[in-house]
Amino acid sequence: MLISGAKIVVETLIEQGCDTVFGYPGGQVIKLFDELYLCRDRINHILTAHEQGASHAADGYARATGKVGVVIATSGPGATNLVTGIATAYLDSVPMVAITGNVPCSLIGRDSFQEVDIVGVTMPITKHNFIVKNISELADTLRMAFKIAKSGRPGPVLVDIPKDIQVAQCEFEPKNQPVIPAPIPFAPDDKLEKAAELINAAERPYIYFGGGIISGKASGELIALAEKINAPMGCSLMGLSAVPSDHPLFLGMQGMHGHFASSIAEDESDLVIALGARFSDRATGNKNRFAQNFKIIHIDIDGAELHKNISADLGIKGDIKDAVARLTELAEAKSHTEWQQRIAELRSEEKLRTEKALQASYQKSCENCSNSCGRNGLSAEQKLRPYDIIDIISAHAGDSVVATDVGQHQMWAAQRYPLKKPRTFLTSGGLGTMGFGMGAAIGAAIATGKHTVLFTGDGSFGMNLNELATAVSQNIPLVIVIMNNGVLGMVRQWQTLFFDKHYSNTTLARQTDFVKLAEAFGAKSSRVFSKDELETAAAEAFAYNGTYVIDCAVDCDEFVLPMLPPGGSIDDIITDIK
Amino acid sequence: MDQYVIGVIVSNVSGVLSRVSGMFTRRGFNIDCLTVGETESSGFSRITVAFRGDDEIKERIVQQLQKLHDVREVEVLNRNETVIRELLLIKVRNKAETRQDIMTAVEIFRSKIVDYSPNALVCELTGETSKINAFIELLKPYGIMEMCRTGIVAIERGDNCLKTVK
Repeated sequence: MLISGAKIVVETLIEQGCDTVFGYPGGQVIKLFDELYLCRDRINHILTAHEQGASHAADGYARATGKVGVVIATSGPGATNLVTGIATAYLDSVPMVAITGNVPCSLIGRDSFQEVDIVGVTMPITKHNFIVKNISELADTLRMAFKIAKSGRPGPVLVDIPKDIQVAQCEFEPKNQPVIPAPIPFAPDDKLEKAAELINAAERPYIYFGGGIISGKASGELIALAEKINAPMGCSLMGLSAVPSDHPLFLGMQGMHGHFASSIAEDESDLVIALGARFSDRATGNKNRFAQNFKIIHIDIDGAELHKNISADLGIKGDIKDAVARLTELAEAKSHTEWQQRIAELRSEEKLRTEKALQASYQKSCENCSNSCGRNGLSAEQKLRPYDIIDIISAHAGDSVVATDVGQHQMWAAQRYPLKKPRTFLTSGGLGTMGFGMGAAIGAAIATGKHTVLFTGDGSFGMNLNELATAVSQNIPLVIVIMNNGVLGMVRQWQTLFFDKHYSNTTLARQTDFVKLAEAFGAKSSRVFSKDELETAAAEAFAYNGTYVIDCAVDCDEFVLPMLPPGGSIDDIITDIK
Repeated sequence: MDQYVIGVIVSNVSGVLSRVSGMFTRRGFNIDCLTVGETESSGFSRITVAFRGDDEIKERIVQQLQKLHDVREVEVLNRNETVIRELLLIKVRNKAETRQDIMTAVEIFRSKIVDYSPNALVCELTGETSKINAFIELLKPYGIMEMCRTGIVAIERGDNCLKTVK
């Protein structure tokens, strides 16, 4: 069958099981969008307000489902607007295929209108990328892009398609099933046996897991291992949601803003079993101080992660689901009574410290607050602390997917939100992309067809709030919770602690009325100051089948605690601020 | 720090050199030299990279190279079992009072004079890096006008080959 390149793209996307694409049209993809129009009953295109939003939406769609997210943009500025979204997906190992148009082959390299070398630009932030200069290679290149995106450690792949390739005609033979990911090598027996020996000999084992557990679908295996050897578990930011937050062996996220108990437990352990995690500097603190007292077993699908950030005593490359299951069989059942007693002590100490910080915050006046949050007249019980916001929203949210932006609100949500099942916490962990949340939440809501929650701050929300237009036009059931403290809180926190309170460019002092803004976009909205008001707004928001913005007043000097100072170690942990 | 030599077989496609060299830049690995050229099969090119570092850096470089889609085969070459060669072209001043000394050096190093003009001599020399360095040092006093070297190529002794898979 002789069809156009544009039609080949659409047919291949459908063949690969893609039901939804996110994107934005333009001159060099106009032919492709024509085919999307003609095939609109078979593939859904979500028009965003900006290509960056589309890239985050494809990312959110992929994170929520595990499927490959697809984004389409035109050449030049359309393509470069994808860059942050692609980098975000790359750092967090999210499977994505980005398709860009480009100027016709004959105009490439001449600085033609809206021409950019997007393959060159995205080389360091994609698993691989392609420019298709021969239409006969188009379909197979797209198939290969899907294959690379979902094989091994997932990641983004970009395919750049010049306009003349979209217009040209070629024979197309559809395949009857999507490409199968490349087989993952299994962990070698001898190494797993060695790992089991280390585990059996350990007195204080600690499991540190990351996002690899989620992408490797290994939650059940992980829990089985932890329960058999009775080891406490902590995770990286990317690991959140792999294990239910209330699992008795789960101590929460560790690291810079991790839970006191998990960070200390790791430090006091004699063996860290790292599973699908990469020892990011945010998870370990100072590397010279890290791992002084414990041995490390590191299992990951990506051999390049072994010994990259931390030298493990035993590095094992392999499929995490299989490796953890086999390791569980080899390991002896243990009770580790003394160690579990120590963990219980750490948990109660954490509780005390958290309670103390909470009370201090309730008592604190807001005199210095630049944000006229209007909380001063409220009784202590009614004041909205960040954790209260998380608690109230989560009580209404059921098993909704939660997306976050980046900053203090992200850490509060990571610490506090009760997660029940994998793929329900979408956050930009590696790149730390402010503005990630709106797109990601939209992508997740479209993927799941359910109410989705976005926690954001007034800073992050300001970056991509244009996507409110998308949420409203698509009638997306989205509850956007803005923790509005009038400042760029995370940087302000650092300025308070390390820069003599020089609040350089972190006081927003904007006069934006988010309620009016949301209404102008066609969303519902309310501003809340007290717990009661938030209860009412949350009930209304989750009952509403559309986009609802809750603007929550938060004190500008609320801190994310505990905190390991950047470059510091567990010895420097800060749990209260005078 | 030891010098390591890695042989890399890559698909012969546009952009592959950028991908490989870009990986070194992005990950902060310093390289001494990198050469690329054709192989016995037209679908593949061979890259030879030399760098200084410890065992851990070497291992990280190999792992990162293996992750690149266009990279087919990576092997750290054992220096004792490998023939390593580099080519030097060097232009020195041609003066009556030093000409004979240069000729002697050329002869002893088994170099060749490949261009002769009233004011300059161009010498060609093949050998291991240390030999090339020694030759350059020797010619310095005579006035080096310009020089270029290819960087190393390396191939294992015996019948062991860097396989081109697929």
